[in-house]
Amino acid sequence: MADDTGTPQRVEALETILVEKGYVEPAALDAIAEIYEDVGPKNGAKVVARCWVDAAYRERLLTDATSAIAELGFGGRQGEHMVAVENTPEVHHLIVCTLCSCYPWPVLGLPPAWYKSPAYRSRAVIDPRGLLADFGVTLAESQRIEVHDSTAEIRYLVVPMRPPGTEGWLEDKLAELVARDSMIGTGLPRVP
Amino acid sequence: MNGAADLGGMMGFGPVVVKPDGPPFQAEWERRAHAMVIALGAAGHWSIDASRYARESLPPAEYLTSTYYEIWIKALVKLLIAHGLVDADELASRRSLRPGAKLGRVLRPDEVPAVLAARRPYERPAEAAARYAVGDRVRARNMHPTGHTRLPRYARGKIGVIERLHGVHVLPDSNAHGAGEHPGWLYSVRFAATELWGDDADPTLSVSIDAWESYLQAP
Repeated sequence: MADDTGTPQRVEALETILVEKGYVEPAALDAIAEIYEDVGPKNGAKVVARCWVDAAYRERLLTDATSAIAELGFGGRQGEHMVAVENTPEVHHLIVCTLCSCYPWPVLGLPPAWYKSPAYRSRAVIDPRGLLADFGVTLAESQRIEVHDSTAEIRYLVVPMRPPGTEGWLEDKLAELVARDSMIGTGLPRVP
Repeated sequence: MNGAADLGGMMGFGPVVVKPDGPPFQAEWERRAHAMVIALGAAGHWSIDASRYARESLPPAEYLTSTYYEIWIKALVKLLIAHGLVDADELASRRSLRPGAKLGRVLRPDEVPAVLAARRPYERPAEAAARYAVGDRVRARNMHPTGHTRLPRYARGKIGVIERLHGVHVLPDSNAHGAGEHPGWLYSVRFAATELWGDDADPTLSVSIDAWESYLQAP
Protein backbone atom coordinates (compact mmCIF):
# COMPACT_ATOMS: atom_id res chain seq x y z
CA MET A 1 0.00 0.00 0.00
CA ALA A 2 1.04 3.59 -0.61
CA ASP A 3 2.52 5.53 2.21
CA ASP A 4 0.19 8.06 3.70
CA THR A 5 2.52 11.05 3.59
CA GLY A 6 0.42 14.13 3.15
CA THR A 7 -2.92 12.38 3.46
CA PRO A 8 -3.60 13.42 7.07
CA GLN A 9 -2.89 17.02 6.10
CA ARG A 10 -5.13 16.80 3.04
CA VAL A 11 -7.96 15.34 5.09
CA GLU A 12 -7.55 18.05 7.70
CA ALA A 13 -7.61 20.71 4.99
CA LEU A 14 -10.72 19.20 3.44
CA GLU A 15 -12.48 19.29 6.80
CA THR A 16 -11.49 22.95 7.20
CA ILE A 17 -13.00 23.78 3.81
CA LEU A 18 -16.19 21.84 4.53
CA VAL A 19 -16.60 23.51 7.92
CA GLU A 20 -15.92 27.00 6.50
CA LYS A 21 -18.55 26.38 3.85
CA GLY A 22 -21.05 25.28 6.46
CA TYR A 23 -21.37 21.74 5.08
CA VAL A 24 -20.32 19.85 8.20
CA GLU A 25 -20.18 20.51 11.92
CA PRO A 26 -17.04 19.12 13.58
CA ALA A 27 -19.09 17.91 16.53
CA ALA A 28 -21.31 15.94 14.15
CA LEU A 29 -18.23 14.27 12.66
CA ASP A 30 -17.15 13.28 16.17
CA ALA A 31 -20.61 11.92 16.87
CA ILE A 32 -20.52 9.81 13.70
CA ALA A 33 -17.06 8.42 14.44
CA GLU A 34 -17.96 7.63 18.05
CA ILE A 35 -20.97 5.60 16.98
CA TYR A 36 -18.85 3.43 14.69
CA GLU A 37 -16.16 3.05 17.33
CA ASP A 38 -18.82 1.80 19.69
CA VAL A 39 -20.76 -0.67 17.53
CA GLY A 40 -19.12 -4.04 17.15
CA PRO A 41 -19.47 -7.78 16.73
CA LYS A 42 -21.01 -8.19 20.19
CA ASN A 43 -24.30 -7.35 18.49
CA GLY A 44 -23.93 -10.17 16.00
CA ALA A 45 -22.85 -12.53 18.77
CA LYS A 46 -26.14 -11.87 20.57
CA VAL A 47 -28.03 -12.73 17.40
CA VAL A 48 -26.12 -16.00 17.00
CA ALA A 49 -26.50 -16.99 20.64
CA ARG A 50 -30.25 -16.36 20.50
CA CYS A 51 -30.42 -18.46 17.36
CA TRP A 52 -28.63 -21.32 19.15
CA VAL A 53 -31.00 -21.42 22.11
CA ASP A 54 -34.34 -20.48 20.57
CA ALA A 55 -35.63 -22.64 17.71
CA ALA A 56 -38.43 -20.23 16.84
CA TYR A 57 -35.97 -17.34 16.66
CA ARG A 58 -33.66 -19.42 14.48
CA GLU A 59 -36.55 -20.00 12.08
CA ARG A 60 -37.30 -16.27 11.92
CA LEU A 61 -33.63 -15.42 11.47
CA LEU A 62 -33.20 -17.81 8.56
CA THR A 63 -36.42 -16.64 6.89
CA ASP A 64 -36.26 -12.88 7.49
CA ALA A 65 -32.98 -11.90 9.09
CA THR A 66 -33.59 -8.14 8.89
CA SER A 67 -36.70 -8.40 11.10
CA ALA A 68 -35.21 -11.01 13.42
CA ILE A 69 -32.12 -8.86 13.98
CA ALA A 70 -34.31 -5.79 14.53
CA GLU A 71 -36.06 -7.72 17.34
CA LEU A 72 -32.80 -7.44 19.26
CA GLY A 73 -32.57 -3.73 18.50
CA PHE A 74 -29.99 -3.79 15.71
CA GLY A 75 -30.41 -2.20 12.30
CA GLY A 76 -29.64 0.88 10.25
CA ARG A 77 -27.00 1.70 7.69
CA GLN A 78 -25.43 -1.22 5.90
CA GLY A 79 -27.87 -3.57 7.62
CA GLU A 80 -30.98 -2.65 5.68
CA HIS A 81 -31.35 -6.04 4.01
CA MET A 82 -29.89 -8.89 6.04
CA VAL A 83 -29.60 -12.57 5.19
CA ALA A 84 -28.36 -15.16 7.71
CA VAL A 85 -26.65 -18.30 6.42
CA GLU A 86 -26.13 -21.24 8.73
CA ASN A 87 -23.07 -23.46 8.86
CA THR A 88 -23.63 -27.21 9.14
CA PRO A 89 -21.33 -30.24 9.08
CA GLU A 90 -21.97 -30.32 5.31
CA VAL A 91 -21.49 -26.65 4.38
CA HIS A 92 -19.37 -23.73 5.51
CA HIS A 93 -20.27 -20.18 4.49
CA LEU A 94 -17.77 -17.42 3.80
CA ILE A 95 -18.61 -13.76 3.17
CA VAL A 96 -16.68 -11.34 0.97
CA CYS A 97 -17.25 -8.21 -1.06
CA THR A 98 -14.94 -8.50 -4.05
CA LEU A 99 -16.04 -5.14 -5.54
CA CYS A 100 -15.63 -2.94 -2.47
CA SER A 101 -16.03 -3.84 1.20
CA CYS A 102 -19.73 -4.27 1.93
CA TYR A 103 -20.13 -5.48 5.50
CA PRO A 104 -23.04 -5.65 7.95
CA TRP A 105 -22.15 -2.67 10.16
CA PRO A 106 -25.07 -2.89 12.62
CA VAL A 107 -24.21 -6.44 13.70
CA LEU A 108 -20.41 -6.58 13.19
CA GLY A 109 -19.25 -2.96 13.37
CA LEU A 110 -16.79 -1.63 10.80
CA PRO A 111 -14.80 -4.25 8.90
CA PRO A 112 -11.28 -5.19 9.97
CA ALA A 113 -8.45 -4.02 7.70
CA TRP A 114 -7.94 -7.47 6.17
CA TYR A 115 -11.58 -7.67 5.03
CA LYS A 116 -10.97 -4.57 2.88
CA SER A 117 -7.62 -5.75 1.54
CA PRO A 118 -7.05 -6.79 -2.10
CA ALA A 119 -5.52 -10.04 -0.78
CA TYR A 120 -8.80 -11.07 0.85
CA ARG A 121 -11.16 -9.72 -1.80
CA SER A 122 -9.29 -11.34 -4.69
CA ARG A 123 -8.76 -14.76 -3.19
CA ALA A 124 -12.00 -15.48 -1.31
CA VAL A 125 -13.86 -16.46 -4.47
CA ILE A 126 -11.17 -18.58 -6.12
CA ASP A 127 -9.19 -20.17 -3.27
CA PRO A 128 -11.17 -19.98 -0.05
CA ARG A 129 -9.52 -23.07 1.48
CA GLY A 130 -6.10 -21.53 0.95
CA LEU A 131 -7.41 -18.26 2.31
CA LEU A 132 -8.79 -19.94 5.43
CA ALA A 133 -5.33 -21.39 6.05
CA ASP A 134 -4.09 -17.79 6.44
CA PHE A 135 -6.55 -17.58 9.33
CA GLY A 136 -5.44 -20.91 10.75
CA VAL A 137 -8.74 -22.54 9.85
CA THR A 138 -8.84 -26.01 8.29
CA LEU A 139 -12.19 -27.45 7.33
CA ALA A 140 -13.01 -31.09 6.73
CA GLU A 141 -12.51 -31.98 3.05
CA SER A 142 -16.10 -33.18 3.04
CA GLN A 143 -17.46 -29.80 4.12
CA ARG A 144 -18.51 -27.80 1.07
CA ILE A 145 -17.74 -24.10 0.97
CA GLU A 146 -20.32 -21.58 -0.17
CA VAL A 147 -18.88 -18.12 -0.73
CA HIS A 148 -21.25 -15.17 -0.79
CA ASP A 149 -20.02 -12.16 -2.73
CA SER A 150 -21.93 -9.11 -1.44
CA THR A 151 -22.54 -7.47 -4.80
CA ALA A 152 -25.83 -5.73 -3.87
CA GLU A 153 -27.28 -4.17 -0.71
CA ILE A 154 -27.88 -7.58 0.86
CA ARG A 155 -25.62 -8.05 3.90
CA TYR A 156 -24.77 -11.52 5.13
CA LEU A 157 -24.27 -12.91 8.62
CA VAL A 158 -22.85 -16.39 9.10
CA VAL A 159 -24.39 -18.42 11.91
CA PRO A 160 -21.58 -20.73 13.00
CA MET A 161 -22.18 -24.18 14.45
CA ARG A 162 -22.72 -24.27 18.18
CA PRO A 163 -19.60 -25.68 19.83
CA PRO A 164 -19.84 -29.03 21.59
CA GLY A 165 -19.81 -28.99 25.37
CA THR A 166 -22.14 -26.01 25.65
CA GLU A 167 -25.33 -27.91 26.39
CA GLY A 168 -27.51 -26.00 28.82
CA TRP A 169 -25.47 -22.80 28.57
CA LEU A 170 -27.31 -19.53 28.85
CA GLU A 171 -27.40 -17.06 25.98
CA ASP A 172 -24.98 -14.50 27.46
CA LYS A 173 -22.33 -17.12 28.08
CA LEU A 174 -22.77 -18.57 24.58
CA ALA A 175 -22.42 -15.12 23.02
CA GLU A 176 -18.92 -14.85 24.49
CA LEU A 177 -17.86 -17.78 22.31
CA VAL A 178 -19.00 -16.10 19.10
CA ALA A 179 -15.92 -14.36 17.76
CA ARG A 180 -16.32 -11.87 14.93
CA ASP A 181 -14.52 -13.98 12.33
CA SER A 182 -16.90 -16.87 12.94
CA MET A 183 -19.71 -14.63 11.69
CA ILE A 184 -17.78 -13.83 8.48
CA GLY A 185 -16.71 -17.42 7.93
CA THR A 186 -12.99 -16.86 8.40
CA GLY A 187 -13.08 -18.33 11.89
CA LEU A 188 -14.91 -20.76 14.12
CA PRO A 189 -16.52 -20.14 17.49
CA ARG A 190 -14.34 -20.64 20.55
CA VAL A 191 -14.68 -24.11 22.03
CA PRO A 192 -14.93 -24.13 25.83
CA MET B 1 -16.64 -0.53 -15.65
CA ASN B 2 -13.72 -2.90 -15.80
CA GLY B 3 -11.87 -1.11 -13.02
CA ALA B 4 -9.32 -2.09 -10.43
CA ALA B 5 -11.98 -2.52 -7.73
CA ASP B 6 -13.24 -5.69 -9.42
CA LEU B 7 -10.71 -7.92 -7.68
CA GLY B 8 -12.35 -11.36 -7.57
CA GLY B 9 -9.94 -14.02 -8.84
CA MET B 10 -6.90 -11.74 -9.23
CA MET B 11 -3.63 -13.18 -7.99
CA GLY B 12 -0.39 -11.93 -6.56
CA PHE B 13 -1.54 -9.95 -3.54
CA GLY B 14 0.06 -12.44 -1.16
CA PRO B 15 -1.39 -13.87 2.01
CA VAL B 16 -4.00 -12.09 4.07
CA VAL B 17 -2.28 -10.30 6.90
CA VAL B 18 -4.38 -10.84 9.99
CA LYS B 19 -3.38 -8.51 12.78
CA PRO B 20 -4.79 -8.45 16.29
CA ASP B 21 -7.77 -6.16 16.35
CA GLY B 22 -7.07 -2.58 17.20
CA PRO B 23 -9.52 0.30 17.14
CA PRO B 24 -11.64 0.49 13.97
CA PHE B 25 -9.73 3.54 12.75
CA GLN B 26 -5.94 3.26 12.44
CA ALA B 27 -5.41 7.02 12.61
CA GLU B 28 -7.30 10.19 13.45
CA TRP B 29 -7.48 11.17 9.77
CA GLU B 30 -9.24 7.88 8.94
CA ARG B 31 -11.78 8.66 11.63
CA ARG B 32 -12.41 12.11 10.15
CA ALA B 33 -12.46 10.72 6.60
CA HIS B 34 -15.07 8.11 7.46
CA ALA B 35 -17.25 10.68 9.25
CA MET B 36 -17.00 13.20 6.40
CA VAL B 37 -18.07 10.60 3.84
CA ILE B 38 -21.09 9.69 5.99
CA ALA B 39 -22.01 13.31 6.72
CA LEU B 40 -21.78 14.40 3.08
CA GLY B 41 -23.63 11.26 1.97
CA ALA B 42 -26.46 12.22 4.33
CA ALA B 43 -26.71 15.58 2.55
CA GLY B 44 -28.38 13.68 -0.28
CA HIS B 45 -26.53 15.11 -3.30
CA TRP B 46 -25.37 11.68 -4.45
CA SER B 47 -26.24 8.04 -3.86
CA ILE B 48 -24.18 5.26 -2.34
CA ASP B 49 -23.87 3.90 -5.89
CA ALA B 50 -22.36 7.19 -7.08
CA SER B 51 -19.87 6.97 -4.20
CA ARG B 52 -18.86 3.45 -5.20
CA TYR B 53 -18.43 4.51 -8.82
CA ALA B 54 -16.29 7.47 -7.77
CA ARG B 55 -14.00 5.02 -5.94
CA GLU B 56 -13.81 2.30 -8.56
CA SER B 57 -13.21 4.76 -11.40
CA LEU B 58 -9.91 5.90 -9.93
CA PRO B 59 -7.11 4.91 -12.35
CA PRO B 60 -6.21 1.26 -11.60
CA ALA B 61 -2.63 1.99 -10.59
CA GLU B 62 -3.83 4.66 -8.19
CA TYR B 63 -6.62 2.51 -6.78
CA LEU B 64 -4.28 -0.38 -6.04
CA THR B 65 -1.63 1.78 -4.39
CA SER B 66 -3.98 3.80 -2.22
CA THR B 67 -5.05 2.76 1.24
CA TYR B 68 -8.72 2.14 1.83
CA TYR B 69 -9.58 5.49 3.36
CA GLU B 70 -7.37 7.30 0.84
CA ILE B 71 -9.67 5.85 -1.81
CA TRP B 72 -12.68 7.11 0.14
CA ILE B 73 -11.26 10.61 0.42
CA LYS B 74 -10.18 10.80 -3.22
CA ALA B 75 -13.69 9.74 -4.27
CA LEU B 76 -15.29 12.26 -1.90
CA VAL B 77 -13.20 15.05 -3.41
CA LYS B 78 -14.24 13.97 -6.93
CA LEU B 79 -17.91 14.07 -5.93
CA LEU B 80 -17.62 17.44 -4.16
CA ILE B 81 -16.06 18.96 -7.28
CA ALA B 82 -18.47 17.26 -9.70
CA HIS B 83 -21.43 18.59 -7.71
CA GLY B 84 -20.02 22.10 -7.51
CA LEU B 85 -19.75 22.03 -3.73
CA VAL B 86 -15.99 22.62 -3.55
CA ASP B 87 -13.63 24.00 -6.20
CA ALA B 88 -10.18 22.79 -7.15
CA ASP B 89 -8.55 26.11 -6.22
CA GLU B 90 -9.96 25.76 -2.72
CA LEU B 91 -8.41 22.33 -2.34
CA ALA B 92 -5.11 23.73 -3.58
CA SER B 93 -5.17 26.63 -1.14
CA ARG B 94 -6.59 24.42 1.63
CA ARG B 95 -9.33 26.85 2.58
CA SER B 96 -12.72 28.04 1.42
CA LEU B 97 -12.49 30.87 -1.12
CA ARG B 98 -16.19 31.50 -1.64
CA PRO B 99 -19.47 30.94 0.20
CA GLY B 100 -20.80 27.40 0.27
CA ALA B 101 -23.69 26.22 -1.86
CA LYS B 102 -26.95 25.33 -0.16
CA LEU B 103 -26.53 21.80 1.07
CA GLY B 104 -29.46 19.38 1.04
CA ARG B 105 -28.90 18.71 4.71
CA VAL B 106 -26.30 19.72 7.26
CA LEU B 107 -26.15 17.03 9.92
CA ARG B 108 -26.35 18.44 13.44
CA PRO B 109 -24.61 16.48 16.20
CA ASP B 110 -27.86 15.65 17.98
CA GLU B 111 -29.37 14.23 14.78
CA VAL B 112 -26.54 11.80 14.15
CA PRO B 113 -27.71 8.76 16.15
CA ALA B 114 -31.20 8.77 14.64
CA VAL B 115 -29.94 9.34 11.09
CA LEU B 116 -27.43 6.49 11.31
CA ALA B 117 -29.93 4.12 12.93
CA ALA B 118 -32.62 4.82 10.34
CA ARG B 119 -33.19 2.15 7.72
CA ARG B 120 -32.79 3.40 4.20
CA PRO B 121 -34.14 0.42 2.30
CA TYR B 122 -33.13 -0.20 -1.29
CA GLU B 123 -36.16 -2.38 -1.92
CA ARG B 124 -39.00 -0.99 -4.04
CA PRO B 125 -42.53 -2.24 -4.81
CA ALA B 126 -42.63 -4.93 -7.49
CA GLU B 127 -44.34 -3.80 -10.67
CA ALA B 128 -43.82 -7.03 -12.57
CA ALA B 129 -43.49 -10.68 -11.63
CA ALA B 130 -40.00 -12.11 -11.28
CA ARG B 131 -38.81 -13.76 -14.48
CA TYR B 132 -36.85 -16.48 -12.68
CA ALA B 133 -37.66 -18.86 -9.82
CA VAL B 134 -35.45 -20.67 -7.33
CA GLY B 135 -33.70 -23.54 -9.10
CA ASP B 136 -33.76 -21.96 -12.57
CA ARG B 137 -30.53 -22.03 -14.54
CA VAL B 138 -29.44 -18.63 -15.80
CA ARG B 139 -26.44 -17.15 -17.56
CA ALA B 140 -24.84 -13.94 -16.34
CA ARG B 141 -24.58 -11.60 -19.30
CA ASN B 142 -21.26 -11.05 -20.94
CA MET B 143 -21.38 -7.28 -20.62
CA HIS B 144 -18.73 -4.63 -20.13
CA PRO B 145 -20.44 -1.32 -19.44
CA THR B 146 -18.18 1.72 -19.13
CA GLY B 147 -20.32 3.00 -16.25
CA HIS B 148 -21.05 1.47 -12.86
CA THR B 149 -22.11 -2.15 -12.55
CA ARG B 150 -22.16 -4.69 -9.74
CA LEU B 151 -21.72 -7.72 -11.97
CA PRO B 152 -18.18 -8.90 -11.27
CA ARG B 153 -16.05 -9.89 -14.24
CA TYR B 154 -15.47 -13.42 -12.98
CA ALA B 155 -19.20 -14.23 -13.28
CA ARG B 156 -19.85 -12.75 -16.73
CA GLY B 157 -20.92 -15.30 -19.30
CA LYS B 158 -21.12 -18.05 -16.67
CA ILE B 159 -24.08 -20.30 -15.91
CA GLY B 160 -25.47 -20.48 -12.40
CA VAL B 161 -28.62 -21.40 -10.51
CA ILE B 162 -31.09 -19.04 -8.86
CA GLU B 163 -30.81 -19.64 -5.16
CA ARG B 164 -32.87 -16.88 -3.58
CA LEU B 165 -35.14 -13.96 -4.52
CA HIS B 166 -34.51 -10.72 -2.64
CA GLY B 167 -37.37 -8.63 -4.00
CA VAL B 168 -37.08 -5.61 -6.27
CA HIS B 169 -34.08 -3.37 -5.61
CA VAL B 170 -32.67 -0.09 -6.90
CA LEU B 171 -30.41 -0.75 -9.90
CA PRO B 172 -26.92 0.64 -9.16
CA ASP B 173 -25.98 0.76 -12.84
CA SER B 174 -28.35 3.67 -13.48
CA ASN B 175 -28.63 5.11 -9.97
CA ALA B 176 -24.88 5.70 -9.76
CA HIS B 177 -25.12 8.13 -12.66
CA GLY B 178 -28.23 9.99 -11.53
CA ALA B 179 -30.18 8.25 -14.29
CA GLY B 180 -32.97 6.95 -12.06
CA GLU B 181 -33.47 3.99 -9.77
CA HIS B 182 -34.88 1.60 -12.40
CA PRO B 183 -35.63 -1.02 -9.73
CA GLY B 184 -35.37 -4.64 -10.79
CA TRP B 185 -35.69 -8.10 -9.31
CA LEU B 186 -32.61 -9.08 -7.36
CA TYR B 187 -31.51 -12.72 -7.06
CA SER B 188 -28.78 -14.73 -5.42
CA VAL B 189 -27.21 -16.78 -8.18
CA ARG B 190 -24.93 -19.65 -7.27
CA PHE B 191 -22.10 -20.74 -9.55
CA ALA B 192 -20.04 -23.88 -9.21
CA ALA B 193 -16.36 -23.04 -8.88
CA THR B 194 -15.66 -25.35 -11.81
CA GLU B 195 -17.93 -23.17 -13.98
CA LEU B 196 -16.13 -20.02 -12.88
CA TRP B 197 -12.56 -21.22 -12.74
CA GLY B 198 -12.38 -24.38 -14.83
CA ASP B 199 -11.89 -28.07 -14.32
CA ASP B 200 -9.04 -27.67 -11.85
CA ALA B 201 -11.24 -25.76 -9.40
CA ASP B 202 -12.30 -27.16 -6.04
CA PRO B 203 -15.42 -29.28 -6.80
CA THR B 204 -16.76 -28.64 -3.28
CA LEU B 205 -16.78 -24.86 -3.77
CA SER B 206 -19.54 -22.58 -5.00
CA VAL B 207 -19.74 -18.80 -5.20
CA SER B 208 -22.96 -16.80 -5.05
CA ILE B 209 -23.44 -13.26 -6.24
CA ASP B 210 -26.45 -10.98 -5.91
CA ALA B 211 -27.51 -10.11 -9.44
CA TRP B 212 -30.27 -7.94 -10.88
CA GLU B 213 -32.57 -9.47 -13.47
CA SER B 214 -31.04 -7.26 -16.15
CA TYR B 215 -27.68 -8.97 -15.49
CA LEU B 216 -29.16 -12.36 -16.37
CA GLN B 217 -30.42 -14.21 -19.42
CA ALA B 218 -31.56 -17.70 -20.35
CA PRO B 219 -28.62 -20.12 -20.38
